[in-house]
Amino acid sequence: MGAGHGHRLHFHGHSPLHRAPAHLKVLGLLGFMLVVVATPRQAYGVFVAEALVLLGAVAVSRVPLTYLLPRMVVEVPFALFAVLVPFISHGPRTEVLGVTVSEPGLVAGTALLVKGTIGVLASLTLAATTEPQDLLRGLQRLRTPDLLVQIMGFMVRYLDVVTAEMARMTVAMRSRGCDPRSPRHWPVLARSLGALFIRSYERGERVHLAMLSRGYDGRLPR
Amino acid sequence: MIPVLDVRGLAFAYPDGHQALFGVDLHVHRGERVALLGPNGAGKTTLVLHLNGILAAGRGSVAVSGLPVERANLQEVRRRVGVVFQDPDDQLFLGTVRQDVAFGPANLGVRGAELERRVMDALDRVGMADFADRPPHHLSFGQRRRVAVATVLAMEPEVLVLDEPSSNLDPASRRELADILRSLDVTLLMVTHDLPYALELCPRAVVLSEGVVVADRSTYDVLTDEALMSAHRLELPWGFDPRRIGSLPR
Repeated sequence: MGAGHGHRLHFHGHSPLHRAPAHLKVLGLLGFMLVVVATPRQAYGVFVAEALVLLGAVAVSRVPLTYLLPRMVVEVPFALFAVLVPFISHGPRTEVLGVTVSEPGLVAGTALLVKGTIGVLASLTLAATTEPQDLLRGLQRLRTPDLLVQIMGFMVRYLDVVTAEMARMTVAMRSRGCDPRSPRHWPVLARSLGALFIRSYERGERVHLAMLSRGYDGRLPR
Repeated sequence: MIPVLDVRGLAFAYPDGHQALFGVDLHVHRGERVALLGPNGAGKTTLVLHLNGILAAGRGSVAVSGLPVERANLQEVRRRVGVVFQDPDDQLFLGTVRQDVAFGPANLGVRGAELERRVMDALDRVGMADFADRPPHHLSFGQRRRVAVATVLAMEPEVLVLDEPSSNLDPASRRELADILRSLDVTLLMVTHDLPYALELCPRAVVLSEGVVVADRSTYDVLTDEALMSAHRLELPWGFDPRRIGSLPR
């Protein structure tokens, strides 16, 4: 089995940030992100201050940046979009490094990139310092609706099962001469993702049956 | 004596019209170990899902130690009938083995020291007490199957229903599970395609085929009745001869 329970995001440690109660960390992250999102687009000084606060938190957590940075690839699709904005926006043009781009687009793209990056790094820091189980308990303490917490719990639990299933399906596809990375085979890939969805859905039903069989009545026992 | 499982004239059709059971009669008494045999699609799993009220009888009735399986009694029925499903990943869905084993009894309102006692007791009986704080998906398949059995044992059921308990197990895990099942002092109904396993563990076998019970005899008699076996797509593994092993005492 692969790493489980979000160990891929969690970095084992004993820093003050690791020990802090999960619900406080969630509230902290939420408050911090609201401030970041509300920061005016051209208040670059404030962005720098926010980045410093975040880097300070990372330093306190003693999670190495070399651990966090590779995990930031999740931002790439958003970053691509942010980079495109200056090229496709309207408004007065300006020149950057010899390329003519839209000025409001440049401002919007930069702000998007900065806010996104701060958000992703802050979330990764939370994930690195909090076990998924603690995170769920924290959300419970914050009175998050029980059903939502349960759904998140199941996601944590079955992420590995579904990824492993997908890995087995890709291996089986490769063994029959299909290369999921080549666009020519993308239709097959799409169909296999559909199959994966159906399988996961059916597994969901089986899990539910197994829960009912042990007296589940809609609430998880605390 | 009131049978632990009392199934009478049970018929059931799925909502899509596919009829899976055509009048099944089955009685299992306290302390018995019964194998439920039959080809794929015979209705074995459908029958199992009636025993704890997941599916509701179309016609006929199911009772567990005299208690009819119906909506008002579901919680008690599910305490009495412990079902262990085929894929342990369907059954183990919480963060640690301990939480998973506690799930059933906690749903029944058991709390505190009694809950802890039941959890550790159930884990002890399947030899998994040392793994209580591990996440289930870090265990081997055989270990997960054993924990799945413990999740049901912790509810202190009157009858344990196992769906394909030996499937996907390596020979050592298969034997370990047999030892555990033999050591349990509980009524057992075991759905299986593993005929040697049925002969080893269950003195009595019931053959379900196309939604009806076609045989209900000693496992030895069933496995040595070649006409019956071939009529219902049951086959012994190559080289396996029940006559050289003999029958379990009933």
